[in-house]
Amino acid sequence: MALHFELVTPEKLVRSEDVYMVVVPGTEGDFGVLQGHAPVMAVIRPGELTVYSNATTVTARIALDGGFAEVNEQGLTVLAESATIA
Amino acid sequence: MPSLKSLKVRITSVKSTQKITRAMKTVAAAKLRRATDAAVAGRPYAERLEAVMASLASKVTVGPNSPKLLAGTGKDDVHLIVVATSERGLAGGFNTNIVRAAKVKADELIAQGKKVRFYLVGRKGRAFIRRTYPGMIVHDHDMSHVKNAAFANALDVGRDLIARFEAGEFDVCHLIFSKFQSALVQIPQVVQLIPAAISQPANDAAPAASAAVEYEPDEETILAELLPRNVAIQIYRAMLENQAGFYGAQMNAMDNATRNAGDMIKRLSIQYNRTRQAAITTELVEIISGAEAL
Repeated sequence: MALHFELVTPEKLVRSEDVYMVVVPGTEGDFGVLQGHAPVMAVIRPGELTVYSNATTVTARIALDGGFAEVNEQGLTVLAESATIA
Repeated sequence: MPSLKSLKVRITSVKSTQKITRAMKTVAAAKLRRATDAAVAGRPYAERLEAVMASLASKVTVGPNSPKLLAGTGKDDVHLIVVATSERGLAGGFNTNIVRAAKVKADELIAQGKKVRFYLVGRKGRAFIRRTYPGMIVHDHDMSHVKNAAFANALDVGRDLIARFEAGEFDVCHLIFSKFQSALVQIPQVVQLIPAAISQPANDAAPAASAAVEYEPDEETILAELLPRNVAIQIYRAMLENQAGFYGAQMNAMDNATRNAGDMIKRLSIQYNRTRQAAITTELVEIISGAEAL
């Protein structure tokens, strides 16, 4: 039950790991991505992205300054202009 | 023939020059490593963005309502050439090659009867372009205070370019920079920045596979969001490649300079020793003939 999650900024690959769930702040509302999510391309609003290692544990909160997210068979890729790990 | 003293002075001065060039080479080598790391780290983002743009662009039909950054203004009269050079010199032919590529492109466009304007990023192209194409520089982006190009710098340039584009200052924008091939090879490159030149996906399987993708909001909005970002990322890439290339070229140039200084020291030392020996011989001859005369 692992989702492959990658967070990329223009300066570097910030994160590349297997997680349980990621909640992404989309322009049309937050959405959670689990393994096997349908392919989506979404624009991100400036906000907070949360990473879950299981259903109840939050492992990271990352502030994003806009960007966009892509879900495909390989997992979730977030392209952000800047990412600050809180 | 130069005197012994003047030779000695020259040898010392060449030696201290050699010390400087050797130090610069070492520094450039260290910075080159950091710059290539940065260029490599920036690659995944650029690659993914390009892949996404390509798959989006294949879905959106270019029409009069599509974003101008993709479709263009419909005219082809004024061309803006963004010339990205380094901030400093002492790097062999690095900047000359970039500027020369810019000149070739500009002359080609002028020959086609287009209007050409320049937008400079980096200090080193300024003098040449101002002299060759007087009055054609629209903006000179000062980066001399920036040590390592950050994405924010590229974003500034990108925003400025887009604002100028929307104000109708130009129709087509080209970006000229030096692609970092290796520490020894940098190739000047011309990339069309606006309207976006999007490579079509090579195989037909890719668009078919992503056909089921949901878009949030819709394709057009995402594309409109992505295009300005793409401009900035291209500029950022140019900055990183330039930086890496610059240090590569500098390392190379300084290596040559160090070697030349070594050759020069060798030659001067031989000359110095010959002169010294000649002086001793003359002295001996004088003493001996003096003794014989007695």
